[in-house]
Amino acid sequence: MATKLNAVDVLIVGLGWTGGIIAKELASTKLKIVALERGGPRDTNPDFIDPQIHDELRYAARHDLMQNVRRETITFRNSESQTALPMRQLGSFLPGQGVGGAGVHWNGVTWRWLEWDHQARSRTVDKYGEKIIPSDMHLQDWPITYDDLEPYYDKFEKTCGTSGKAGNINGRKIDGGNIFEGSRKNEYPNPPMIAAQSMVMFEKAARNLGYHPFPNPSSNASRDYVNPDGVAFGQCHYCGFCERFGCEANAKASPHFTVIPMALKNPNFELRTNSIVLKVNLDSTRKKAVSVTYLDARGREFEQPADLIILAAYALGNVNLLLQSGIGVPYDPAMGKGVVGRNYAYQCGGGATAFFDKKTILNRFMGAGALGTCMDDFNGDNYDFVKAGYIGGGGISCSNSGARPIQSHPTPRGTPRWGSEWKKAVVDSYDHAASVGNQGAVMAYRQNYLSLDPTYTDVFGRPLMRMTFDFQDNEIKQMNAQADICVTLAKEMGAIKIDRNVPPIPYSIVPYQSTHNTGGAVFGADPSTSVLNKYLQVWDVPNVFVTGACVFPQNAGKNPTGPVGALAYWAVDAIKNQYLKNPGPLVPS
Amino acid sequence: MSTKDKGQGGVGRRDFLKLFGAAGAAGAAASTLPLGGSASADEMVVAATGKTHHHVTDVTKTRAEDSGYEFFNIDESAFIEAALDTLIPSDSTGPGAKELGVAIYIDRQMAGGYGKGDRLYLEGPYGEGTSEQGYQLPMTPSELIRAGIADVEAYVQENHKSTFDSLSAKDRAAVMTDLESKKVDLPTVPTATFFGLLLQLTIEGYFADPMYGGNKDGAAWKMIGFPGADAMYMDKIEPFRNKPYQAEPKGIQDII
Repeated sequence: MATKLNAVDVLIVGLGWTGGIIAKELASTKLKIVALERGGPRDTNPDFIDPQIHDELRYAARHDLMQNVRRETITFRNSESQTALPMRQLGSFLPGQGVGGAGVHWNGVTWRWLEWDHQARSRTVDKYGEKIIPSDMHLQDWPITYDDLEPYYDKFEKTCGTSGKAGNINGRKIDGGNIFEGSRKNEYPNPPMIAAQSMVMFEKAARNLGYHPFPNPSSNASRDYVNPDGVAFGQCHYCGFCERFGCEANAKASPHFTVIPMALKNPNFELRTNSIVLKVNLDSTRKKAVSVTYLDARGREFEQPADLIILAAYALGNVNLLLQSGIGVPYDPAMGKGVVGRNYAYQCGGGATAFFDKKTILNRFMGAGALGTCMDDFNGDNYDFVKAGYIGGGGISCSNSGARPIQSHPTPRGTPRWGSEWKKAVVDSYDHAASVGNQGAVMAYRQNYLSLDPTYTDVFGRPLMRMTFDFQDNEIKQMNAQADICVTLAKEMGAIKIDRNVPPIPYSIVPYQSTHNTGGAVFGADPSTSVLNKYLQVWDVPNVFVTGACVFPQNAGKNPTGPVGALAYWAVDAIKNQYLKNPGPLVPS
Repeated sequence: MSTKDKGQGGVGRRDFLKLFGAAGAAGAAASTLPLGGSASADEMVVAATGKTHHHVTDVTKTRAEDSGYEFFNIDESAFIEAALDTLIPSDSTGPGAKELGVAIYIDRQMAGGYGKGDRLYLEGPYGEGTSEQGYQLPMTPSELIRAGIADVEAYVQENHKSTFDSLSAKDRAAVMTDLESKKVDLPTVPTATFFGLLLQLTIEGYFADPMYGGNKDGAAWKMIGFPGADAMYMDKIEPFRNKPYQAEPKGIQDII
C-alpha cells in the first residue's frame, strides 16, 4: 500500500539533461519542485576522477553507468510476425541511469539539426511531390521550425560550452563551418577542438572530392570556459575515455555539474534518488494527472501528488511510462490509429574502415568523444532524393574518440578472430586504421513501434515495453549508398586496404550501434498523429509534459542531444510564461 | 605442459592437487589446506615429487603468480589455461594470454557480479528466438562457462581420449576451430555462444587494466602501443600528429 505524501507543485521524472534544465529554469517560480531519479547520486569528484575513470572494462564493457536490465528492460522483435523476446543484456543502445542520466556518458556531439529535419514532410513534398514518400512511411513535420528553435539551440550551446565553427551566421555562408546548417545568430561559444591526424587526412580528402568538411560541434570544451550560469568547465584532456565514461575534467558538458547543481541551489527543489516511478495516476476523467507512484531504495511504495508532471526520463522510459499509465491512446498498427508508441525510429550507420601503411601514425588513443570532422553533403535534403532513391541521408565523419583496446582493435576483414595471425594483425593495424562513418537518418514507419509486451514483466511486476523495429528499404539503400561514399573518402585518404561496413540487416539488438532511440511520443500539430503539442504538452492530459528524443517524429542523420536540450528550454519557457499563468492546454486540440 | 610433465614420469600438477586437495590450488585458501600449515602449492609439489627446479617454475607460471582460483576447479582451470594458450599464444609478436594472467582475470569475472548475471534479465519464459534477438539462455555467464567446459572436455575425451590441456598445440587449435565453425554441436550450451563468451573474456582480460588480473604489467598495451590509464594529451595531440608517441603503459594502480 502506497504512503501518500504531501502534494508538490511540479514533479519531474528523471534527472538528466532535460529534467535538469527544467528544474533549474523553474527555480525562479518559487514553486515546490521534486525530482525522482531511478538511479543514484553521482558527481565528478569522487565518481569520475582520474585515473579510476580510465577503466575500459568497468565503464565501457560492463556498462557501470548504464541502465541495469536485470530490473527493467524491453522485449524486441523485428516484425509483428515474430514473438518478442527480452533484451536480456544491453547491446545495440545504452540508456543511462543515475543523476545526469545519459548526459553523463554521452560523447558530447551537439548539433542543431538541419532545417529540413524540422520540416521533413512539407519540404520533401514541396520539392519532389507526395509520390516520393513510401506508403508505409510516417513522414511528419515538427510543429515548429528551425527558426523557432534557433534561440534555444543557442542557449543550449552556451550552457554546454560547445566548441565548433559556424558555417552560416545570419545567412552568410562561412567556409570551414557547415555551410548546410540553418542560419545562426551567433558563433559557437568556443573555437573548434584540435584535429587529430586522421581528421586532417579526412578533411583534405573531402575537399579534394569537392565536399564541405567542418569540425564536429563538440561539447568537449576546447578551452577553459565559464557558461552563462557561471559554471566553470576545464579544457578537454583528449584522454580518449569519453563515451560511456564520466569526464574527470568537467570538460564534457554534463547536467550533473551544470544545470543540476543550479537547480539544487533552489531551497524549493528536492531531489530523491534511487526512486523509480512506476506510473502516473490520472483522475476519473482521465484528462488530468494527479500523482505518481514510485518505489524508494528500500522498495517502499509512495504516492506523490503534483499539479504538473514532467516526464524527463530517457526516450524509451518516457514512452514506457505513458503506456503503463494509460496516458494517450496506444498506437495500433493494424487500424493505423492511436499515437503512443507510434513513430519509433533509430539510427543507421556503416561506412568504411581504412587501413594505412605503417608510416601513417594516428595516435588514435589521443581523442575525445566529440572530436571529429564531418560533412553534410549527403545529409538532410542536401542531395537529390530522386537520384539517390531514398529520403533522409546521413552525416559522414571521421571521428577520433579514443582507441581503448578491448573494444577497439581493428583488423582487416578475413583476419582470423584468434591465434598468432590475429595478434599480428592487431599489432599491425592498431594505430594505422581509421574509420569513416555514416550516421544515417531513420524514418518512421507504420510497422515500427513501441507497445506493451503481453508476456514479460519487469522486477516490479509491470509489463515490459515491446519494441517492433527493422530497417526498411529506404534506410537500407541509404546505408549502402553512404558506405560507398565512405569507401571513396577512405581511398582518397590513402588507405591501402578498405573494409566496407553496413550494419546487420535485419536490425539486430546485439551489437552496439547507437543510443539514439527516437519517437514513440512525438510532438506535432495534429493530435491524431502526435502525443504532444508543440510545447511538448500531452494533448489528452495537459498537466503532463514530455521531453527527450521520444518527441521527434523521425530521426535525423545527426546526434539528438542538441535538439533535446533546445526543446527542454523551449518547453520550460512555455511552462513558465504561459502554462503556469493559466494551466490548461496551450494549443487547442 | 601437463603432457610433458606426465611424460617425464612425474605426477601431473592436477593429479597431485587432486591427491592432496583442490584447496591447495587456491593459495588464498591456505587455511583449508588438508596438509595443514601455510605451505604454498609450489612447495608441496616439490616435497611430494622431488621434481626439478624446472618443474617448479612451470607450476609457478601455471598458477598465475600468487593468485588462486576462486571459481574454477582444477580441471576447469587447466582447460582455461590451455584455451588461453591456444586463443592468444605466446609468440614472436608478443605475450600470450596465459602468461599475462588472463586465467585469473576470467576466474575473478566468473566469481564476481558479471559471472553471476548481475546485469542480466533472466526471467522466463525462455525461447530460442532469432540471432537478432540476442542472448536468450536462462544461464549466467559463469553457469554457461562451467557447462561449456564440461561439454568440450567430453567432446575431447570422446574424440581424442584425452583432456583438452593434454592435447598438442595443434590439436587444441583444431578443437577451437571446430568450436568456432560450429562443427561440434555441444549438448548443453550452444557452441557459438560458449565460444563467443570464451573469446570475449580472453580478449577482455588481455587488454583490460592490469588491476583485473590479466594484462600483467600492461604488456598487451605495450605490444600495441596503447599508453593505458595515464591519459592526458591536450598538449600532445597536435605535436604528435603522424609521429610515434611512446610512453611506458600505466595501469590505474601504477598511478594512484
